Amino acid sequence: MLVPGALPVAVLRGVTAGYRDRLVLRGVDLTIAAGERVALLGPNGAGKSTILRVLAGILPARSGEVLLGGDPVARLGRGQVARRLAAVPGQASLPFATRVEEVVGLGRLPHEDPFRGPRAEDRAAVTAALERVGITALRDRDARELSLGERQLVLLALAVAQGAPLLVLDEPTVHLDLHHQVAVMELLADLNARDGTTILAVLHDLALARHFFPRLVLVDGGRVVADGPPRLVLRPERVRAVYGVDPGILDARAEAVELNGGAGLR
Amino acid sequence: MTGGARLLVLPRARARQGADALRRRPGLLVGLGLAALVIAVLAAVAAGSVAIAPADTLGILLRALGLPVEASWSPAAETIVLDLRLPRVLTAVVVGAGLAVAGATFQGLLRNPLADPYVLGTASGAALGAAIAVLVPVRAVILEFGLLNALAFAGALGAVAVVWALGRGGAFAPLTGLLLTGYAVGSLLAAGLAMTMYLSGANLRQIFAFLLGGLEGSSWLRLAVAAPLIVGGTIAIAARARVLDGLLLGEEAAAHLGVNVRRERVILLGLGSLVTAAAVAVSGLIGFVGLVAPHVVRLLVGPSARLVVPLSAVFGAALLVLADLGARLAGEIPVGVVTALIGAPFFVVLLRRARLGYEL
Repeated sequence: MLVPGALPVAVLRGVTAGYRDRLVLRGVDLTIAAGERVALLGPNGAGKSTILRVLAGILPARSGEVLLGGDPVARLGRGQVARRLAAVPGQASLPFATRVEEVVGLGRLPHEDPFRGPRAEDRAAVTAALERVGITALRDRDARELSLGERQLVLLALAVAQGAPLLVLDEPTVHLDLHHQVAVMELLADLNARDGTTILAVLHDLALARHFFPRLVLVDGGRVVADGPPRLVLRPERVRAVYGVDPGILDARAEAVELNGGAGLR
Repeated sequence: MTGGARLLVLPRARARQGADALRRRPGLLVGLGLAALVIAVLAAVAAGSVAIAPADTLGILLRALGLPVEASWSPAAETIVLDLRLPRVLTAVVVGAGLAVAGATFQGLLRNPLADPYVLGTASGAALGAAIAVLVPVRAVILEFGLLNALAFAGALGAVAVVWALGRGGAFAPLTGLLLTGYAVGSLLAAGLAMTMYLSGANLRQIFAFLLGGLEGSSWLRLAVAAPLIVGGTIAIAARARVLDGLLLGEEAAAHLGVNVRRERVILLGLGSLVTAAAVAVSGLIGFVGLVAPHVVRLLVGPSARLVVPLSAVFGAALLVLADLGARLAGEIPVGVVTALIGAPFFVVLLRRARLGYEL
């Protein structure tokens, strides 16, 4: 659901970045408009997670521009970033037993008064997020005792409660069975269609990405090598070049995804 | 469900409802805790090797506060209450609260349920400082604090500073690096302590007294010096409680939630260490309060630091007041022994209940 004429939600221009002595991104150009649904693909170590970190301002870019909601991310306070970008990690750990409701409540931190704590509207946002993701029944359970699929949904609800216009996910389906993978994808599509949330997801599963995302960005060796609709980005020769495998595998996976009911692109 | 099982389930469900209702009213919880603490303080001031009637105790205290109360007790009782017991019990309140809050802070900051106020080498640093003070033949007393207290304070902070300087950077994630460095530096300092104790000869008992912790040297002046540090530090930590919550899912998640992780790490570490160092300088190494109090509170109200920090302060204070009372009644044994007797079994239960992994 694109909003024409609006400021792009995220821009990377000529960005290089890395960790210590290792350069990972070697000149990345990426623009994401409000309301888009984009999947970030590429082999391990290509720089997909690094792109997410640079976008969130957690990793400073060594050169180039990083704009979040039109402003250079380096000039934004962490609280401001948190109100523009909500991140869903692939997994997280909890040192103490924590109720699901409290975990999701953490998503309201950027909005809370540091002294007064959560208010009625924060609690309402948490309830709404639990409902939206479909885990209201789990609200009093210890988050550490849930199944992997349920935990992923809890982290998703946290990001939904955060209420930021851009939702960024780092391999959200890695531990999930096919049913839960499709459920998460459909939820993302729903958030995008109904709330206009811009979605940027790092995915490993090409079939899932192809089926659910209208725009794919393929990253390899720290650069964007393809950016566009699935049929252009995932041409067989490109898949073979970037991943080094027979692209026929993709079709078998895609069939499984389709059979499991994903309504896919709207 | 059979009738017997149903009998078991209903009370538990109702207990959980009750706990939920309490959780939604943090003010009520803190109020209840403070009331319990006041009662504990009164009991501790009244009881002791010389029993003073509770009514007399209350009278003495009210009179000292300026209220017009008939003096129906002996001057000796008044001296015991006002000059001996009250400062000691209030020191227990302040030290207990400080250690509990520091424990809660380090547990939240390091995301480790087994952390306590001494986890970053504070204990070993303080102990080594105290031991050196015992060895050194200098008798300096300022504001009723001797060289021992001063070097214990300096040693505690010095150890944390070394751990901080060495533990950052390096191959490990920042938190893991700090924990491991804390362990290494602590071990090194403990070796230094052992050597010092070996050299101390007749003064060994003094060092031991410090190691086991004790509130015998409490006085109004000492309290006046230590309390602002501990209370101020505790309030500053309580104000940042939501930051501790933000760290629940990890440092990267906290950054995504708007926490300035780099800055807050230093601030919380500094505040926690300051409070611990002040507590240790006043009353030696009292163990288990900082570990046990936050956990008991979490069992009651969940891990939200906004509740855990103030309630740990209240619970830790009450715990130490009662432990000191027990220590006094048992013939003035070191209070660290009593807290160990209470805390160690609890620690074992905690270990057994802990899950092997806590992946989310």
